[in-house]
Amino acid sequence: MVVIIDYGLGNLFSVAKAFEIIGSDVLITNNLDKIKQSDRLVLPGVGAFEDGIKYLQQKGLDKQIREEVLVKKKPILGICLGLQLLADVSFEYGNHKGLGFIKGKVKKLDVNKFNLKVPHIGWNNIEIKKQTPLFKGIVSGEDFYFVHSYNLHCLDNSDLVAVSSYGEQITAAIQKDNIFATQFHPEKSQDMGLKFLENFIKWNP
Amino acid sequence: MVKSRVIPSLLLKNGRLIKTKQFGEYRDVGNPRTIAKIYDAQRADELIFLDITASIEKRHFLIDILTSVAEECFMPLCAGGGIRNFDQAREVLKSGADKIAINTKAIENPNFITEISKKFGKSTIVVSIDYKKNSSGKNEVFIDRGTKSTGLDPIEWSKEVEKMEAGEILLTCIDKEGTMNGYDLEIIQKVSDSVSIPVIASGGVGTIQDIVDGIFIGHASAVSMGSILHFTDQNIFKIHSHMHEKGLLVRR
Repeated sequence: MVVIIDYGLGNLFSVAKAFEIIGSDVLITNNLDKIKQSDRLVLPGVGAFEDGIKYLQQKGLDKQIREEVLVKKKPILGICLGLQLLADVSFEYGNHKGLGFIKGKVKKLDVNKFNLKVPHIGWNNIEIKKQTPLFKGIVSGEDFYFVHSYNLHCLDNSDLVAVSSYGEQITAAIQKDNIFATQFHPEKSQDMGLKFLENFIKWNP
Repeated sequence: MVKSRVIPSLLLKNGRLIKTKQFGEYRDVGNPRTIAKIYDAQRADELIFLDITASIEKRHFLIDILTSVAEECFMPLCAGGGIRNFDQAREVLKSGADKIAINTKAIENPNFITEISKKFGKSTIVVSIDYKKNSSGKNEVFIDRGTKSTGLDPIEWSKEVEKMEAGEILLTCIDKEGTMNGYDLEIIQKVSDSVSIPVIASGGVGTIQDIVDGIFIGHASAVSMGSILHFTDQNIFKIHSHMHEKGLLVRR
């Protein structure tokens, strides 16, 4: 069963529907027992970093996720804010500690100087840096849907799986062992997005 | 690089898809669910649903439509119409919308933009701005489907909503809406050049060239349209391919 972690933010309905349509058993919850029973986890996200991380801490979700991901080695997929929450630190409205699974800092897109608008909203092509089963059937140059104002700057380049470009290099996808995350929204990226999610549910890191 | 977005605008009234002209007289266009699916199949880049249903009792239509569209269309959805508080916003987002458009409430209380943006994330909040020429011939922002004047200049108000942390602006020229005689390029350009958030141009598309102009001349980040899709034989495929031929970056 895929558990979508409900932390009070985000477009949970769309994420759940996308998993349903590709035939997976899915549950939206913040219940710790249900999270323990899951086979794989999804940390979705639309919203602000501070609210997100606070909610995870208040409900004890951060500890449980740590246990499932770092000890039990269950596959996890972070999406958008869900990707950023995996990092060490974010500078969105202050300075906030993240889950720390991925070494790096989340910083505001600094692209107004290139006459580019922030947020970065729309379809942008990705460049795959590292082959992974999650991009099976997906090639560099495919477009995915992005909507964000902050970008993860990875400390360790080997965590970087795919990038995009918007004035600066955008971290589009990262992977470290059983942890995978995308800045783009697969659940909103039509056929290619669904293909990616299908790859995720078959993934055995 | 990011592509120019082509966004069908779906106007809803009492659960039906309609199309107005200059915010007044309207035609029934069909079943919004069916038509949304067609635009999804044609690879529209996003969909905007604006509900202009007058009565409170019939507001559930928007939620029902969003829910059923989001079950089948895995693409970005924006929805608006009468969103005045967090609960309404949350309900719309829970039903499958990714972004919400606010209008009247933003004018009544500009702080609402900041509050809702902090709550749901800046990139979730679209501020919808409708304007037309007032009796003295100056462009002015109107609310309540163009019936109530606000005294605000559309360019100044755009700068203000950016300051208040809006993520995006949906800019509609009421005088142009439904006329199919082209965007109000002058104001679109002035607004796009005055703010550093994306601007969606709306109102007046009659030909694919109008769409190209909206981006090349108007500097819009995205283009929205209704009549050209509802009443002519144009479709999103043809629009994307024509834009590509003109040198614009679009999804293929």
